[in-house]
Amino acid sequence: MLLGEHTAARASAPSCDDGSGPIIALRGVGKSFVDAEGRSTIALEPVDIDVRRGEFLCLVGPSGCGKSTILNLVAGLEAPTHGTIAIRGEPVKGPGPDRTVMFQEAALFPWLTVLENVLFPLQVARVAKAEALSRAERYLRMVHLWKFRDARPHELSGGMKQRAALARSLVIEPEILLMDEPFGALDAQTADLLHAELETIWRETRKTVVFVTHNPREAVRLGDRVIVLGTRPGRVKRVVSIDLPRPRDQEQRDVALLAAVLRNELKSEIEKVLREEVDDGWRPAQEPVRPGPDRGLGGGI
Amino acid sequence: MAWAAASKLANNFLFPGPLDVAEALARSARNGVLFRALAKTTTRLLLGYSASLVGGVALGVSLARVRALRDTLGVLVLGLQAIPSVCWMPVALLAFGLNERAIFSVVVLGSMLSVSIATESAVRNVQPIIVRAAATMGATGWTLWRRVMLPAALPGIVSGARLGWTFAWRSLMAAELLFVSGGLGQVLEQGRELYDMAQVLGVVLVIVTFGLLSEALLFARIERSMRLRWGIER
Ligand SMILES: Nc1ncnc2c1ncn2[C@@H]1O[C@H](COP(=O)(O)OP(=O)(O)OP(=O)(O)O)[C@@H](O)[C@H]1O
Ligand SMILES: [Mg+2]
Repeated sequence: MLLGEHTAARASAPSCDDGSGPIIALRGVGKSFVDAEGRSTIALEPVDIDVRRGEFLCLVGPSGCGKSTILNLVAGLEAPTHGTIAIRGEPVKGPGPDRTVMFQEAALFPWLTVLENVLFPLQVARVAKAEALSRAERYLRMVHLWKFRDARPHELSGGMKQRAALARSLVIEPEILLMDEPFGALDAQTADLLHAELETIWRETRKTVVFVTHNPREAVRLGDRVIVLGTRPGRVKRVVSIDLPRPRDQEQRDVALLAAVLRNELKSEIEKVLREEVDDGWRPAQEPVRPGPDRGLGGGI
Repeated sequence: MAWAAASKLANNFLFPGPLDVAEALARSARNGVLFRALAKTTTRLLLGYSASLVGGVALGVSLARVRALRDTLGVLVLGLQAIPSVCWMPVALLAFGLNERAIFSVVVLGSMLSVSIATESAVRNVQPIIVRAAATMGATGWTLWRRVMLPAALPGIVSGARLGWTFAWRSLMAAELLFVSGGLGQVLEQGRELYDMAQVLGVVLVIVTFGLLSEALLFARIERSMRLRWGIER
């Protein structure tokens, strides 16, 4: 049954509007880390994920299931141990100006002002000064931070820092925006505001967004599609299309209902983690349907 | 006041009063000895210190970057750092003879290693998230170092530079005292030979003032304003 869902995961990935295939394609992508003593941990079992151009895709899953790993792989910050990642059909070789990442911590440079932070990627890309300034202004206004352009990051609130980081991610006008729990550390009201801002920006700029969160409501609030990742190691457990009209509200009934479905799905995963931690994982007989690594890999070819 | 009273009571050439010290200072200032010595010492200090700054930062960055270097040279640097710079003097004398190069090398050996150790740890402690963010924005190679790694490590490097400054100053004083080749150290040594305690104390006063001024006014300020700007301190 799980395997069936696995297949469904690929089938349900809608193809691109112009028929030229997905903008991001992960095929049998897996990752293990080797520590100093030579032991290896599997961070991600081979998964297949397609992301359609202009799609807002959310990844949810319990802690440690490999969500950040997936983003880092797509960002080109890390190389996969198995499988291939292609952007518009081209294999990923490293970070590129077509993709930017927003992390849970704003990761602004503390020695630069807000404006200088937003100018930074443009300067690295050698954009002419006047052009760079006007673009930085446009995006800082978009996130309502133009008034704070001369402030230093440590003078901003958490929400303002994330908005500055958002402006910095958008300013080089990437096609793909990768977001790793960007609002995870914010209070609900601030997060609500930023959801609305992000949705507007996404609609206006028509970017492809891959958004990682552990909050099912946030996923349903924002996503066109939500992928639930199973744990340890990570794999695609379920794919849910969210066909609710936009803009949505986190408190809306349909949102809450869909989020409850996702939460149940997550809960069973989290319970599994706890069981494994308590029992040291000696109860595999109770979960005969858990797909092995080879099965996941086979599904990708 | 207490000093003046105590020295009156002692009435001893080993315990000059503040007036005697001021007079000795004024005398050496008038005949130019003090200024010539000060100029010489300052030149040596600045020369040696700038060399250790440049060398220390370069060495620290290389140690932070190259693992193999860290396992070999890094251990050596830590060991050498434990040696008081006075111990380098016989080595420098034998290698260069009694000249400016010997003094220069003692100053550099005395202060460069602390700069490099501080630089190395500052660079290695740059938050990984900062480096990752820079990487996703396309900063690599020289751009990454100039625009991200060095600014991120700067507060740590400045602390090391401050430490290096005091080490340079101490090494230089030791070298001038022992080598007797101009500079404040020599004026001090002359005072000792002439049993002129007033002159000795006067020079010590100059040395202390110079050290305090540069340390408190220059370095402490740079360090604090930077820590404020970086948001490490409020
Ligand atoms: N650099 C690394 N070295 C070793 N193991 C790692 C490394 N990075 C991640 N892992 C392991 O890989 C697994 C997945 O990590 P990842 O950070 O992708 O999880 P996550 O889903 O983002 O979790 P969270 O929701 O807590 O952020 C974890 O079990 C983690 O221990
Ligand atoms: Mg994570």
